Amino acid sequence: MTDIQNQTNKAGWPTNGANKILAKRHRTERNFRRLGLTAILIAMALLATLLVSIVGKGYSAFIQTTITLDINFEQEILDPKDTRSPETLKAASYGSVIRNALRTEFPEVKSRIELRRLFGLISKGAVQELRNAVLANPKLIGTTRAFELTASDDVDMFIKGYISRDVVEQDRRIKNNEIVWIDRLQNQNAIQTRFNTRFFTGGDSREPEVAGILGAMVGSLYTLFITFIISFPIGVMSAIYLEEFAPKNKLTDVIEVNINNLAAVPSIVFGLLGVALFLNVAHLPRSAPLVGGLTLALMTLPTIIIAARASIRAVPGSIRNAALGLGASKQQAVFHHVLPLSLPGILTGTIIGLSQALGETAPLLMIGMVAFIVDIPGGVTDPATVLPVQIFLWADSPERAFVEKTSGAIMVLLSFLVFMNAAAVLLRKKFEQRW
Amino acid sequence: MEPIISAKNVSVYYGKKQALKGVNLDIPENQITALIGPSGCGKSTFLRCLNRMNDTIEGCRVEGDIIVDGKDIYDPQIDEVYLRARVGMVFQKPNPFPKSIYDNVAYAPRIHGLARNKDELDNMVLASLEKAGLLAEVQDRLHEIGTSLSGGQQQRLCIARALAAQPDIILMDEPCSALDPIATAKVEELIEELRASYTIIIVTHSMQQAARISQQTAFFHLGEIVEVGKTEQVFTSPQDSRTQGYITGRFG
Amino acid sequence: MGKTGHIVSSFDNDLLEIRNAIIKMGGLAEVQLKSATQALVDRNTELARQTIEADMEVDELEKTIDTMAVRLLALRHPVADDLRLVISALKIVSLLERVADYAANLAKRVVALNNAANLPMVGTIPRMSELVCHMIGDTLTAYSQNDDYLALEVWRRDHAVDQLYNSVFRELLTYMMEDPRSITSCTHLMFIAKNIERIGDHMTNISEIIIYQVTGLAPIEPRPKGDETSTIMIENEIIKSEYAEGE
Repeated sequence: MTDIQNQTNKAGWPTNGANKILAKRHRTERNFRRLGLTAILIAMALLATLLVSIVGKGYSAFIQTTITLDINFEQEILDPKDTRSPETLKAASYGSVIRNALRTEFPEVKSRIELRRLFGLISKGAVQELRNAVLANPKLIGTTRAFELTASDDVDMFIKGYISRDVVEQDRRIKNNEIVWIDRLQNQNAIQTRFNTRFFTGGDSREPEVAGILGAMVGSLYTLFITFIISFPIGVMSAIYLEEFAPKNKLTDVIEVNINNLAAVPSIVFGLLGVALFLNVAHLPRSAPLVGGLTLALMTLPTIIIAARASIRAVPGSIRNAALGLGASKQQAVFHHVLPLSLPGILTGTIIGLSQALGETAPLLMIGMVAFIVDIPGGVTDPATVLPVQIFLWADSPERAFVEKTSGAIMVLLSFLVFMNAAAVLLRKKFEQRW
Repeated sequence: MEPIISAKNVSVYYGKKQALKGVNLDIPENQITALIGPSGCGKSTFLRCLNRMNDTIEGCRVEGDIIVDGKDIYDPQIDEVYLRARVGMVFQKPNPFPKSIYDNVAYAPRIHGLARNKDELDNMVLASLEKAGLLAEVQDRLHEIGTSLSGGQQQRLCIARALAAQPDIILMDEPCSALDPIATAKVEELIEELRASYTIIIVTHSMQQAARISQQTAFFHLGEIVEVGKTEQVFTSPQDSRTQGYITGRFG
Repeated sequence: MGKTGHIVSSFDNDLLEIRNAIIKMGGLAEVQLKSATQALVDRNTELARQTIEADMEVDELEKTIDTMAVRLLALRHPVADDLRLVISALKIVSLLERVADYAANLAKRVVALNNAANLPMVGTIPRMSELVCHMIGDTLTAYSQNDDYLALEVWRRDHAVDQLYNSVFRELLTYMMEDPRSITSCTHLMFIAKNIERIGDHMTNISEIIIYQVTGLAPIEPRPKGDETSTIMIENEIIKSEYAEGE
């Protein structure tokens, strides 16, 4: 003992040689930190580029151009028999009213082609707007009112500056005379830009200016609901059984490996399975959130099982021992103590699994949720589409105005994902137990 | 006096490894028996045999007879859930449930249906806390979470929780190893008080603790009991040189 | 002490220090007794004075060992044989201190006796002292070697000392009866003999402690009792013998 102590060389303060080694060590450490910082910066820059480009393209989707016209709600056209019955009012030709208003506004336009162009300033969806206004207030009939009508997508694009005046006329969607009319309307202060509520309240449409994402949102909601009620209980129960009750043997090892493998299976495969199982065998309705939800549940299950098992395993054995030591049965120990304690973790995993499902497209394409559906689905068996598929559809559409719609829908989808992930983080922060 | 627990030729295997080799030990009623010995000597294993907590470990096999209060507890007719209510256990690390103090203590009466109504349950909880000497400290905050207490209080809460199951025997697996000396002293004081109504078996790494609180001491080494006897005798003039060497700090 | 040392080796050092201090103290006490006896035989007042002064050293050593033992109890919490060793050390130290005191007392009486013109020389006293010195030596050997057999042997030897003391007692009484002028000297000698006998008793005590320390048990035999002086009435015996002669 004392020999060893006597042999020990005391290091003392660093000599020159030691200083060199120290300097090298510090240098490597600084370099490593710089490297890490650079990586973070690059990642942030890429992310920022993505966000900036989406927001830059998409923010205008939330703005809609409208044109104010003096509309004469002529009794002759709308309700010649003066019945005021809803059927008559619904069937009336509001298009004529709009056309008349435009003719009155621009009396100089006479030629057929020019008139078509002129009528084209107003969106086809404006008819619906007028109809709703008259149905809500039949007293409008017989009066003349200034009325804001949705402009067509080309006008919208022009006002937002996506169509330039400098382009040669043939390559321009807005022709010269249309520009003259728009300028005149602008001088009369008849062109406004408004917040685009229809984007959030309407279903899909061939007309970009009236296309909305509510249908897709509701579809996503139904699909996720089905996914949740199928995958959550099954996932949690399997996790509990595997963690707490199953014997540790070859069979459970195989099951465990397979669950981990399933989590890595490409989602398109789940889509094919969905087609085979739910459509061809069970004959469930195509394009329905029910089938989409079931398919996504297949995909989400492994994620939930893995998350749930990890969070059950994170509950310290001392809690199980405490319960068992007091004479609780195994099941009581699990359901009274382990499950409540692991629930925040399980829910976090579930939310992350669901947000994955929310962003999933491929398997839904397989089961036909890619159809063009105007109506907002009223139940899980109605045909529907979902947000990412809607984005896919719009991105595929030729109209210029769908570009901003696509980005707008992406923003909506992203904000849902951010919201869900934030919920998961909050849940974890709030209920996390420190042992 | 007839011993309340009598272990006869008890062997325990974890898979192929033998952890206890034919242990014989009689534990007298209303006394504190300390099990001491170096780590891995089988003392905790033996303790966990007494309430069949070893059943929860996979691959664990127990041979021999353990008679508690006249019945062989490894008899298939004995329900281990009921046994564990009669033979309570307190663990090394204080492990209150992350629930209110009240719910912690009320847990055992609830699952065993010991209380017929809310008043009875209240009384049981208060009585158990009182017995554990914790009532005065927590009376005003019964509905605070149990893990908000200090380490020593948490351990006494765990003892109160075990007492609420109305046991006859309490097993303690190094109950003070995570506590500071003052908290340890309070727990030891409590253990001595409990001796009047309970039989206590305590595994401890602190020889001083065994000497201070126990009446009987058993020294385990390599899965066997080397020496068992009155504590004062074991600590003043042990008969076996291994016991001597261990308690004086010469090996282990 | 066990065959192997403690895991904490400084514990061993502390115990060893106490043992060595006790052996040193025992040695000092032995020397005290020897030199006091020597002073008595040689009527050497100077040696007697030195012996009295040397008692201080023994007292100092007692205090040191007490402190060491208390410190060890407080810091190391000894158990089993370690505990027995420390407790024994405390007891042995106080006994050895008494032994040294007796030797100093003996030396004081030597100084007083040297003032007397002539002395009834009792040869039994040096012999008794020699026997007791051997006992001290053997006790220390038994202590240093944890030899409980030797300790038991010393323990039994006290009987011989007691018997010698009985004869010294009778011898001195006879002197006093024959020559009343020698009463002062003889009384001193009587006390000297008593002191030596007490030292022997203390060696018996220490032997018992050593046996307990080594085995954890007290000696099972009844303690040897050889001191009969508390019951002796020599006048009666003389009358008896005269009566017998007369018959």
